[in-house]
Amino acid sequence: MRGRPRWGIAWLALLLVAGCASAGDGALPQNALDPAGPVARIQDRLWDLVFPVAVVVFILVQGLIIVAVVKFRDRGEDRPPRQIAGNTRLEVMWTIIPALILVGIAVPTIATIFQLAGPPADDALTVRVIGKQYWWQFEYLNAGPGEPIRTASELHIPIDREVFIELEGRPGETEDVVDVIHSFWVPRLAGKQDYVPGHIRTMRIQADEPGTYQGQCAEFCGLSHADMRFAVIAHEPADFDAWLATQRAPAGEPTSGLLRQGEQLFSQQQCFTCHTLDGHPDNANARTGPALTHFAERQKFAGYTYDRTDENLRQWVSNPQSLKLGAQMPPYGTGVALSDQELDALVAYLQSLD
Amino acid sequence: MTAIADPTKAVARRPFFARPTATTGPWSWFTTVDHKKIGILYGVTAFTFFIVGGLEALLIRSQLVRPNGTILDENLYNQIFTMHGLTMIFFAVMPLSAAFFNYLLPLMIGARDVAFPRLNAFSYWVFLAAGLFLYSSILFEGMPDGGWFNYAPLNIIGPDPLSLAGAGPQIHQARMLYYSMGLQIAGIASLASAVNFIVTILNMRAPGMTLMRMPVFVWMTFVTSFLLLFAMPVIGIALWQLMLSVRWEVPFFDATNGGDPVLWQHMFWLFGHPEVYILILPAFGIVSEILPTFARKPIFGYAAMVFSGIAIGFMGWGVWAHHMFTVGLGPVANTAFALTTMFIAVPTGVKIFNWIGTLWGGQLRFKTPMLFGIGLVAMFTIGGLSGVTHAVVPHDTQQQDTYYVVAHFHYVLFGGAIMGLFGGVYYWWPKIFGWMLDDRLGKVHFWTMLVGFNLTFGPMHILGLNGMPRRIYRYDAGMGWDLWNLVSTVGAFLIAASILVFMRNVASSRRQKVPAGNDPWDARTVEWMTSSPPPPHNFDEVPVITSRDELWHRKYAGDDGEKVPVPAGASQDHGEHGGHEGHGIHMPDPSYFPLIVAAGMPIAAYGTFYEGPGMVILLAIGGAITLFGIFGWVLEPTAE
Repeated sequence: MRGRPRWGIAWLALLLVAGCASAGDGALPQNALDPAGPVARIQDRLWDLVFPVAVVVFILVQGLIIVAVVKFRDRGEDRPPRQIAGNTRLEVMWTIIPALILVGIAVPTIATIFQLAGPPADDALTVRVIGKQYWWQFEYLNAGPGEPIRTASELHIPIDREVFIELEGRPGETEDVVDVIHSFWVPRLAGKQDYVPGHIRTMRIQADEPGTYQGQCAEFCGLSHADMRFAVIAHEPADFDAWLATQRAPAGEPTSGLLRQGEQLFSQQQCFTCHTLDGHPDNANARTGPALTHFAERQKFAGYTYDRTDENLRQWVSNPQSLKLGAQMPPYGTGVALSDQELDALVAYLQSLD
Repeated sequence: MTAIADPTKAVARRPFFARPTATTGPWSWFTTVDHKKIGILYGVTAFTFFIVGGLEALLIRSQLVRPNGTILDENLYNQIFTMHGLTMIFFAVMPLSAAFFNYLLPLMIGARDVAFPRLNAFSYWVFLAAGLFLYSSILFEGMPDGGWFNYAPLNIIGPDPLSLAGAGPQIHQARMLYYSMGLQIAGIASLASAVNFIVTILNMRAPGMTLMRMPVFVWMTFVTSFLLLFAMPVIGIALWQLMLSVRWEVPFFDATNGGDPVLWQHMFWLFGHPEVYILILPAFGIVSEILPTFARKPIFGYAAMVFSGIAIGFMGWGVWAHHMFTVGLGPVANTAFALTTMFIAVPTGVKIFNWIGTLWGGQLRFKTPMLFGIGLVAMFTIGGLSGVTHAVVPHDTQQQDTYYVVAHFHYVLFGGAIMGLFGGVYYWWPKIFGWMLDDRLGKVHFWTMLVGFNLTFGPMHILGLNGMPRRIYRYDAGMGWDLWNLVSTVGAFLIAASILVFMRNVASSRRQKVPAGNDPWDARTVEWMTSSPPPPHNFDEVPVITSRDELWHRKYAGDDGEKVPVPAGASQDHGEHGGHEGHGIHMPDPSYFPLIVAAGMPIAAYGTFYEGPGMVILLAIGGAITLFGIFGWVLEPTAE
């Protein structure tokens, strides 16, 4: 009995150390303990304050339990011990001291709450984010003249510049159909904020270094909540401007018979009912599904869940629910099946839209 | 009591149907109004639901043991995790606490039963009806799948608005009705119990038992009952709003039509936060009885324990929006709730320190109940500390909706409530059944459970901070989550093994039936004064109370704080005659009507699923049964 509580405590300590050791590991793409931008860093600083305090209290409390359990175990005395009912001075102390510790934690907490609640920076890039069952839509509101660039699932940003996110859930403010609560979370760049139908919510992200920062929806939103993922792709400013320029180009023209067939099938299968291809004559600017104008630049699809391979795309187009049960896209767009050759043509066309 | 009736009188006075009189035999369990039998009914039923909830947990952990698991698809997984939460909260922990309240409250205050014995039976039957109703969903459109918290607008819109995945609007509506009506019915059980216990505590204490001489467990029952009384109506209203929204499109939570989904969150958490104190305070009460007995010292700081419990009861109403720190209430609201959440740690911390103070300087006997008691103190501390970190709002935006939160609440609910409840099981088992549970097997249960529990939930802190959200049916390889998910699943199966050890203990101890005697633990409170198990009337003579820890003072004479055992005989309070006939004690008669009133409710609830004549018929039948039951209850004569 003597050694056993020590085992348990030693094991817990090992767990803590392992947990800390796993921070900073490159193989943890959504690691909140490894901030990659100023917002996440400011939030992480509070953790650096409160976690050690918690560890100290943990050691103190478990230590007292272990000492008591060892020191005061029954040794077969015939009289009961002194029947001490309390100690007012001690009890007052262990009421006041924790309260003071909490004040010490509260002050920087409140300061940080207000620091992060300010208006956007003057040079902030503003992105309107809309969460839908089960993918994220992004619109660049101040990235240049003309219509806002509208993309899905992969949010390109420049480094070292504040990106002010507007999570627009007010039905009157957006043409998009507003559905359920989602939560926008890219841990290495910032803590999450919910997308709330009926309201607008704002937050900011910023990346220090170029790279891909993964995120996913963090508020249970239904069948495919687990597959409502996204990535923030940060670029050097010049590269970001180049990316913006490509986004303003219309959808690429087909350059072969196969691709022309695919393009015709895209119209025939009513894809324009939900999807947009900028510049295409049949385009209806539909916003029900993700914009596909530059689909082939994406790393993954279906809510940043599947690699953009021909095989995955064939399966997706023919039976979206087989890859993502909650996908609100009917098989083949219209439910009318395509032959294998037609499917190949359509997929080839999609893969040509860079 | 079966009086031999005068045949002439019997014919003239024959009632519509005779009030049952049997207090033994299998049928007596359906008509019992004895708080002890009702406590056992609660305990067995709650334990069964605990097993079911545990199997649901094992399914979850099996699905998540590796990346892209294939054991449960999205549809099933979402139902399973929803039912795991609902089952554990409403059908396992709450009724296990109710089992203890029911069994022990009258015994601990020296009463013969609760204030309203038939209402007590009704609470049990309604709870059972609610659980069966909710689980009947498996046979029909499937179980609720929106999470136990069931946020709007998802609870209205559903996960598959275009019906492409077989979970379209019709199915969704049905699942939401099981949720709404099932919890409504369960809420009635809790409300009835709350009223019953409050009245019992205020009115039925033995002579000399002032409020400040009541055991801490009774105080915690008292505070919990007030929390139930005020919290259940809040969720009741929310559930009506949900039912009206889902069934008749009333736009309470519909942002496109003047409603607000955040309203649901406020309603839910205004209930939901007091609910977690409802879940933990009974276990706190149990531990406050166990530690003094096995340390052979009084609870350290009785007044502080009482007042901190009351403080938690009050302050618990002021913290609810800490579940909503990411929904965008704004910096002022977030600040206010951050502060209230931090400061509720103060009375909770007081309890932890007072429990340690109880151990300090004692003569600690490490029987199984004591191990569970110390386990609660140690494990709840961890959960309490992670809870304080949640109050740091800017960092909570990283923690919220991740496995870090799952870790926190399992440390307080499993490491806290479940450990405390098992401690209570081992502690009071001898009193309830008259024989001992094997202590060695109990220790195997404890250690296996402690290790398994920490392996399951410890790594979840890391998973959450490493970016793993909650409520996801699968995760990809390459996220760095594989190892800790595997460890967690192994831990879950260890917990299951420990439960098997417990069940084995019950079975083999029952065969051996080592007699317990009145007071096997050398305890301090009056329930240990009577026989094990107690007679139906609890005490042959109601004890007169002269101090806190009344039994201890009778057994040990005071002498400058040193206690000297009093020679044998003083702990026996009742006369030599035994049996209640000689004392003329009349106990409340059994009754069919609590069960009948309860039975009508799920039938009426099924009515909401239908339109037109189907709906009317079911509502009418269910309503008629309940109404008949109420009239019978009110009008039935006593058995004689």
